[in-house]
Amino acid sequence: MAELTVKNLEKKASTISLRRKPRWGETIIQGLLFFSGFFSIFITLGIVYELGKEALLFFQMPGVDLLATLTTTEWKPHVNKFGIWPLLTSTLMTTLIAMAIAIPLGMGVAVYLSEYAIPKVRSTLKPILEILAGIPTIVYGYFALTFMTPLLREIFGKDVVQIYNTGSAGLVMGILILPLISSMTEDALSAVPRSLREAAYAMGATKLEVALQIVVPAALSGIAAAIIVGISRAVGETMIVAVAAGAGPNFTFSPFIGAETITGHIVRISGGDLSYDSIDYNSIFALGLFLFIITLVLNIISQAIVRRFREVYE
Amino acid sequence: MNKIVIENLSLQYTDGTESLRGINMDIREHAITALFGPAGGGKSTLLRCLNRLNDLTDVEEISGRILLDGENVLDPQTDIIALRRKVGMVFARPVVLPMSIYQNLTYGLELAGEKRRSVLYEAAERSLKLAALWDEVKDRLDDPAIALSGGQQQRLCLARSLALQPEIILLDEPTSGLDPISTGKVEAALQELKKDYTIILVPHSVQQAARTADYAAFFLQGELVEYGDGAELFTNPKEKRTEDYVTGRFG
Repeated sequence: MAELTVKNLEKKASTISLRRKPRWGETIIQGLLFFSGFFSIFITLGIVYELGKEALLFFQMPGVDLLATLTTTEWKPHVNKFGIWPLLTSTLMTTLIAMAIAIPLGMGVAVYLSEYAIPKVRSTLKPILEILAGIPTIVYGYFALTFMTPLLREIFGKDVVQIYNTGSAGLVMGILILPLISSMTEDALSAVPRSLREAAYAMGATKLEVALQIVVPAALSGIAAAIIVGISRAVGETMIVAVAAGAGPNFTFSPFIGAETITGHIVRISGGDLSYDSIDYNSIFALGLFLFIITLVLNIISQAIVRRFREVYE
Repeated sequence: MNKIVIENLSLQYTDGTESLRGINMDIREHAITALFGPAGGGKSTLLRCLNRLNDLTDVEEISGRILLDGENVLDPQTDIIALRRKVGMVFARPVVLPMSIYQNLTYGLELAGEKRRSVLYEAAERSLKLAALWDEVKDRLDDPAIALSGGQQQRLCLARSLALQPEIILLDEPTSGLDPISTGKVEAALQELKKDYTIILVPHSVQQAARTADYAAFFLQGELVEYGDGAELFTNPKEKRTEDYVTGRFG
């Protein structure tokens, strides 16, 4: 019996080869994964190239120079004035107003959901918030124009608030971005280990102290990322401002006056009949490049913040 | 003297598991009481009743009384913040707060409203010395606490709870993640501490229970099987189940 077993083992051992065999399935999947990664990077680079090329054409046109674009405050393509500031300030205005709404509310919602809400409330509220994020932005645009603007005119007076204004666009944009920020922040807060909360509770911390002094600081990198993503979204948001913020560049810091944002301007210009290689046509590429640079810088900042403040739990 | 009197304590979790059944137990002052037994016996649950940390988990029903100096801590009128300052806790895995070493020590006192820097500093120094950590960290109190080794972190957690000058210290398997040398340091610190504090320890092994306990309580599936003098219980248990566990026949 024993002899037999040994024999079997020997026989079996001789049939198992240690030579590498090709695993075609693995290789094919690996190739596909590489291709999809490569493809998306390639497309992105292509877009940046196209944007840069057309923007370069714009700055080479007679009567346009980069310095004037960056320093003057009039954007009037028909008389060759391309100062970016009126468009930039209204973009900044709407973004600022939106974030003034979205950051405090979004953080509040997130802290409530993650620290205070009982599981049943949380599992009801979170999907509702996410539905809010799924409403088409054009609907938000109408909402700004037909609800928020009349409301502002009612409060501040019809002679103060124009029909198109950056204020109502910014406020509604804040509502649009709120779920984004609250959802990302809530994820960051929930990721803070339960043991950290218990340690603080066991030292006699109240719920509020645990939430604000332990959980929020521990989740700071995620929260910072949420805010930066929110800002990027606000800077790039188009439909709401195109509908409600006004058509026509206007160098103003008043939220009650109509002023066109960078995105709003691109929509209006590209929506008309533009001839290829006209100065208007090329100008929108330059504007697009500006937007791209703004969001790129924001992303770099956010990654730096995430790295700087990332907390190691164990 | 009895510091804590537990009367007919039963607890059931929302998922239906019953964790404690009719526990009656007197816990002595200035001694180390070890709660030991196999996992799921209710040791940690009992520990977390004593500082009401169970309020955070899904407890379906809790009945009975826990008298701490004659006051029932399970009473809804109990100020749990004050309770948790009186009853400190150290967890199985060292959980340092994401702050500096020094801030970890002073955080509890600052929560309690202490602002005087000299008081905070003295408390930090005193508690670090008690936890046998002072010599290792005195030159780098402002370093992030996370930079410490696991054993140092656990002693920092012990020091952190001592800084609040509690009367009772609960330790839930405080040395389960530590090497033998660090474990020895923590155990030695506990022997010193019991002169001034009431210590309730869930040890991570029977050996540790036998080494450290003045009084020992054997828990099995939510039931207190046997409770008594440590030396007596480990050498000459009255209950068959205790004997089987202590001698390693199961568990």
